[in-house]
Amino acid sequence: MRIRWGRLAIHLIAWAVGLIWIVPFMGILVASIRPHSELVHGWWNLSEVNLSFDNYLKAWSHATAPIGEGLKNSLIVTIPATLLPLLIGTLAAYGFLRLRFPGRNILFLGIVLLLSIPQQMVAVPLFQTLLDIKLLNTFAGLILTHTAWGLPWITMFMRNYMSTLPVEVEEAASLDGASRFQIFYKITLPLTLPALASVAALQLTWVWNDFFMALILLYEPSMQVATQRIPLLRGQYHIDWGILSAASMLITAVPVLVFVLLQKYYIRGLIGWTQK
Amino acid sequence: MRVQIRRWFEVIVFVSPALVLIGFLVVMPAVRTLALSVLNEEGQFVGLQNFSEVLLSRDTLNRDRFPLRSPPWGSVPHNAVWVLLHLPLVVMLGMILAVLLKDVTGASFIKSAIFLGMVTPMVIGGGVIRFIFDENTGVINAIFRLVGLTELTRSWTAYPDTALLALILGSIWLWTGFSMVLYSAGLATIPQEIYEAAQVDGANALQKFFYITIPSLRPVTITVVAMTILWELKIFDLVYTATLGGPGGSSMVLALQMYFLAFRSLDPNRSAVIATFLTALTLIIGVWFVRSARRVEG
Repeated sequence: MRIRWGRLAIHLIAWAVGLIWIVPFMGILVASIRPHSELVHGWWNLSEVNLSFDNYLKAWSHATAPIGEGLKNSLIVTIPATLLPLLIGTLAAYGFLRLRFPGRNILFLGIVLLLSIPQQMVAVPLFQTLLDIKLLNTFAGLILTHTAWGLPWITMFMRNYMSTLPVEVEEAASLDGASRFQIFYKITLPLTLPALASVAALQLTWVWNDFFMALILLYEPSMQVATQRIPLLRGQYHIDWGILSAASMLITAVPVLVFVLLQKYYIRGLIGWTQK
Repeated sequence: MRVQIRRWFEVIVFVSPALVLIGFLVVMPAVRTLALSVLNEEGQFVGLQNFSEVLLSRDTLNRDRFPLRSPPWGSVPHNAVWVLLHLPLVVMLGMILAVLLKDVTGASFIKSAIFLGMVTPMVIGGGVIRFIFDENTGVINAIFRLVGLTELTRSWTAYPDTALLALILGSIWLWTGFSMVLYSAGLATIPQEIYEAAQVDGANALQKFFYITIPSLRPVTITVVAMTILWELKIFDLVYTATLGGPGGSSMVLALQMYFLAFRSLDPNRSAVIATFLTALTLIIGVWFVRSARRVEG
């Protein structure tokens, strides 16, 4: 009987913790579907309830920071900034694992150490470089930047994953006269699909959620990505929590969807990403 | 000879696109920032003069106020306090939750709820923190009001003595999912036989936790500690939306200070000092992590 009570207590604590953790998100959800006049007494106050999607419409076509346009820009940046580093990083991972060339290990160690440096370390010269090559304030500039910043962890992650694949199949194919590129494309790449799913899920989330790089590299209002518009939605003197909540829901929907659909790969990627 | 050429061709195709992009958009700008930190506005070498000016300034370390008076204390103490409060709580909460949720009905739902903070863009996380600490719309103030703590009922992010604390508490809420998920995965790798053997030897639940679970999770703990410190040092988005480092610099952190110096004060040299200092801190953690991860793996 004592064990039963213990189990009940654990369940109650666990569910209470889960509830505490979800309450702020519930607040955002409720605030997004209720008018401003009802929110001043707290989103949990249910004395008068009128549900509407007004806040979503207002956020979507907001005068200073339309979220609809922001979501479109975020997509334009995120899709290539996920696929490009995926391709280049996988190639590099294969190269670092299977090809022999001078300086290979030092270069790889250098790439691993790059994982820890903050984006602030490159901000000013990067701004200057992109200005010089006329890519500042362009989607292409931001996409290339995200690609370069995604490459260190993708290369490391993919190399670690490929190192668990048997090398014998590749050697046999090589004896049969297959070239490196054929081996990579026909043998290695299909085997790395689960790892590619992990990389895609995480890189997509990171690029979509990024704020700092977009903040310094895209300043034209009509080109700003979704996350950049969140601070702009704050009014000067008071915050319209309804509109801000609706915008937050719209922007967060994408990474939440990725997480829900690719949960297994997402978690594996997160665990693998942290193991060097 | 032909074999040699083919080999080099392979290296170029596979490795060089990544190296060119990383070199051009990560390494080179980082080196230029390092150079900017030891130059003055005219581009002359001034040694460590910028460092002594910036790192000893009130914005970085306010010795009149730190540690005896209320914030602003300067960005370095703010980041340090962040690490000191956030790190132990996140590590402990993550580990305890992972163990607790091991055999709870509906655990995957609770885990997803806790992990939601990790999936959310931190810009929005900052907005949510401001929302829950708001005087009228904030759920935390509603609870304080309910239990009669009226002196605590106010917009926490709008006052210098509570802004930093509110952000740190909010960041614990956002980041705990990370450590919980890693610890959950770690728990699954501990062989069940060890627990069974301990059971036979008469160990109770607490003894099993302290003598089996914690030591077995050591590699995970190293990972969680390293990643969490890196996150705390680099914290930016969350502060940007919640307080912009205010009020009066009372929640200013290094990454945001660098941004303001570079893109508001338009002072590349001083901002480079903060960037270099921050990078030095993160590299210490990075090197420590790589070395201890290797040691653990044997």
